[in-house]
Amino acid sequence: MNPNPTATLASASADTLLVPFWAEVVAVRQETPNVATLTLRLEDADARRRYRFKPGQFNMLSLPGLGEAAISISSDPAERDTLQHTVRAVGNVSRALTRLKPGARVGLRGPFGTAWPVEGCRCRDLILVTGGIGLAPLRPVIYEIINHRADFGDVTLLYGARTPADLLYTDEYAAWEAHDIRVLLTVDRAEADWQGTVGVVPILFYRLRPHPERTVVFSCGPEIMMHFVVYEAMARRIPYEHIYLSLERNMKCGQGLCGHCQVGPYFVCRDGPVFRFDALAPFFGVEGL
Amino acid sequence: MNERTLTADVVVALPKLHLDDLLAALRQRGYQTHGPRLRDGVVAYGPIEGLKDLPRGVVVHQDAGRYRAEQTDHPLYFAATPGADSWKRYLFPPRRELFHFHRRNGRWETAAPAAEAPRYALIGVRPCELAALAVQDAVFLREDFTDPHYHAVRERLFIVAVNCLHPGDTCFCASLGTGPEAASGYDLLLTELDDVFLVAVGSEAGREVLQPLPWEPATAFWLSQAQRGLEHARQAMGRRLPDPQSLPETLLSNLNHPAWDEVASRCLSCANCTQVCPTCFCWDVQDEIALDGETVTRFRVWDSCFSPQLSYLAGGNARTTVRARYRQWVTHKFASWERQFGTLGCVGCGRCITWCPAGIDITETLAAVRNTPQPAGGER
Repeated sequence: MNPNPTATLASASADTLLVPFWAEVVAVRQETPNVATLTLRLEDADARRRYRFKPGQFNMLSLPGLGEAAISISSDPAERDTLQHTVRAVGNVSRALTRLKPGARVGLRGPFGTAWPVEGCRCRDLILVTGGIGLAPLRPVIYEIINHRADFGDVTLLYGARTPADLLYTDEYAAWEAHDIRVLLTVDRAEADWQGTVGVVPILFYRLRPHPERTVVFSCGPEIMMHFVVYEAMARRIPYEHIYLSLERNMKCGQGLCGHCQVGPYFVCRDGPVFRFDALAPFFGVEGL
Repeated sequence: MNERTLTADVVVALPKLHLDDLLAALRQRGYQTHGPRLRDGVVAYGPIEGLKDLPRGVVVHQDAGRYRAEQTDHPLYFAATPGADSWKRYLFPPRRELFHFHRRNGRWETAAPAAEAPRYALIGVRPCELAALAVQDAVFLREDFTDPHYHAVRERLFIVAVNCLHPGDTCFCASLGTGPEAASGYDLLLTELDDVFLVAVGSEAGREVLQPLPWEPATAFWLSQAQRGLEHARQAMGRRLPDPQSLPETLLSNLNHPAWDEVASRCLSCANCTQVCPTCFCWDVQDEIALDGETVTRFRVWDSCFSPQLSYLAGGNARTTVRARYRQWVTHKFASWERQFGTLGCVGCGRCITWCPAGIDITETLAAVRNTPQPAGGER
């Protein structure tokens, strides 16, 4: 079901563990007050040639003295020279990452984890449902759809953020819509100049009339949001097998070794982060699992 | 030199005195010989030269939250059950450098430590600990990924196991089929009788080391003495864990069982159980910055599911309560582990019971969940 590709750059050599490769920050874009997108280029030409990722996968980004953090890849998988990470400043590592300047170097290992089954969704209608920074791991899906737009049916993005200022990639929506991707937005709180919806992300489902048998849902965001995404999908008779969620957990290794990211029997870094919901259902939403 | 030829499938007898020769032969082959010794009132593992270092005559009394070693005048070297220490730290050290960063002309570079893996000969490995080693092998030496540090020590290991004729009061290996008799995974296997060690050969390396020593064929009397000893040990287990194969199903369908709340009210979340467990493998990564700021060493250190930091997340900790952490530990050991690695994560050594400062007994928790199942407990 879920592809589990072996990471190409897991460590610098077979007899080391967790030794990162080096990547140069070639551009930094401030998306919102606390979110920045880093464009990275692997320094080693051979590593750059070998490296490829699928939408939904993540890298471990590393800064000496601060540590490593799992960050999903937010760029176009077809772009082979550079890759992007959209980082929200939350902990020590992510805060330092958002403050990097072009020319800085970061350690990089990856890619890790399972991918959104974009290939398997050709000829289907797709609903991408996401909140906050959760749009980052879905952006590669959007690029892949645009690269092969004729292969997919209706594509809708349901996206919400706390305020309009927290919305990511705002200058790209027009291009997405030009490729017939419907973009529906909502915010939790708005000022008078906001013309869009106010409310939680799942309410955007009420604007849709999906065909359950040919619709697939990809969702990434706060777990409480994804709960209600599942409810809304179920209410529209979309089966569990058509719902994919991406989970976030603390990770130290990315290879199912360190034990941090367990949810029930799964290592989120290896068996996820993207799960088909029927596999996740018995464990999803059990308090503190 | 022994005139007879040793074959792999026979059990022979070695006069106890000659264990020293066996250890000397191993050291000659480049092994560091480590075994049990009495240290600060507990049996712990460390370098040994021979019989003089072993805890001869020591008898250990254990119960939930209690461990007392008593010196007696009995002649046995391997009758004392180990304390908190396990062999795990030899292959998976509590703290190990993975690599370091060094800054040269303002640029960070990485460098891996060059240290050659040590060659350990582990003396007196009990069947439960052999089983624990096999459990950790499945974790660290997976088909899709091999941990290079674990592998380097593991492939150089020489194991002298010892059948367990004197299980502790918190032991339940017989319930899990991991003891008291060792089935495989050793180079040599001792059974300690009053007068001699019976020795079984488990590998070519073991046969080679033993061949020149003054062993003799084991008598039928000794063999039957060993069998009686093992039978007695099976009966003498201080704890039982009935029907462990049913636990994965039982636990995963009882995630909201009231037993978790009851244990959580006593558990201190101190992580002792995970630190003494010979199979627990969770680890953290920590950076240590040198005072001059030019070198950063990245370490792997033991972690624990009882640590709130283990599940730290941007969006809030995934396991905020002691209940959630204790349940994670138990459901991992007895349920998820089986799905992840094909075996249970427990070998019945009893350390988590002995070394729990609150005296929490895992066999009691499991019985509580099993005896009053809540069929609808799995989902919310």
